[in-house]
Amino acid sequence: MKETESYEEFIKGVWRDNPVFVQVLGMCPMLAVTNSAVNAIAMGMATLFVLVGSSFLVSSFRNWIPKQVRISCFIIIIATFVTIADYTLLALVPKVHKELGAFIPLIVANCLILGRQEAFASRYPTRLAVMDALGMASGFMLALLSLGAVREILGDGALFGVKLFGENFEPWVIMILPPGGFLTLGVILLFFNWFKLKKDEFLQEVAEAERSES
Amino acid sequence: MDNLLWIFISALLVNNFVLTYFLGLCPFLGVSNSLETSARLGAATTFVMLVTAVCAWILNTYVLIHAPYLRLICFIVVIASTVQFIEMLIKKLSPALFRAMGIFLPLITTNCAILGLAIFATNRGYGFWEGIVYALGAGLGFTLALVLLAGLREESELSSIPKLIQGTAMNLIIAGILSMAFMGFAGLFSTT
Repeated sequence: MKETESYEEFIKGVWRDNPVFVQVLGMCPMLAVTNSAVNAIAMGMATLFVLVGSSFLVSSFRNWIPKQVRISCFIIIIATFVTIADYTLLALVPKVHKELGAFIPLIVANCLILGRQEAFASRYPTRLAVMDALGMASGFMLALLSLGAVREILGDGALFGVKLFGENFEPWVIMILPPGGFLTLGVILLFFNWFKLKKDEFLQEVAEAERSES
Repeated sequence: MDNLLWIFISALLVNNFVLTYFLGLCPFLGVSNSLETSARLGAATTFVMLVTAVCAWILNTYVLIHAPYLRLICFIVVIASTVQFIEMLIKKLSPALFRAMGIFLPLITTNCAILGLAIFATNRGYGFWEGIVYALGAGLGFTLALVLLAGLREESELSSIPKLIQGTAMNLIIAGILSMAFMGFAGLFSTT
């Protein structure tokens, strides 16, 4: 019973309630750093670390944090983890850290993280909170990676820095510049809209068929 | 003087916070459905940015030279409490203005453009006046982007749009086209 419950929390974040495609949260880092797949992964890992760490702490201390000052407490916990992530990246991969620039500290202001603390971690036991954080962070990573991969392939003709198309490929530079981020995410959301419309139609048909049968 | 003007125009147009740095997208996509609310939110954000620039300068000059690793925590705490303080002050001094700003003031705390402003200004080592001019440019740039998108969205409500593209998808594509237009300003200065 317990196993399925935490599995549910995990899968919910990855697909059904995907933070980016369905809830449209955490857009700023999402668009800003996805001009290559490597940056997308670094950002995803940093967010995963911060989200899981702060969910764990918030959920462990949920009975001690007074209701009136909870938001400030959450923010201080999150900011601590972000500082750790910032300095760790600087020490391990200085090149990536330089490219991500100010967007690592800006993880603090990612509404996805604060939203999960407020909506989930501060109300549920540690185990579920960590599973939820893992799921949400994986969903976020999935979104970052799909956007980063599309933009790098179209804008640079490469994936993870490996050239895909040979010499004659003319890179579509606009895709790795800011407008490309908006356009790519817009088109991906179009797919999600289409998927949802189809699903609604299908459900309606099923409901009608059932009604005519009875 | 030239330097200050350059900082202002660069923050306003060339490196617009919303359209080239992707900061403050949540209010940009969330509240931009009417011209009036966007203009108000823009004004409130510009105001908070000015206050933040001053706070960041004070912190950087007097406090953080002793403990640079506390930068992020200090900034976020100071911004959150400043917004709270301004909210109480406006509520006491001018209830009419408070009602006009409505829920926008508390929302600004979670706007990454504010924190981004403080961090960028620190990274570039701006002084007091440079910081203020930078905040003014960034705030007005944010307002400009918000008002532009709101105008387009108001217009689009009157036309018939396929159900498929309605909502965030369309707003993002509009924003992409706006952003492309703003790229044209990149040629304004050769020293970027």
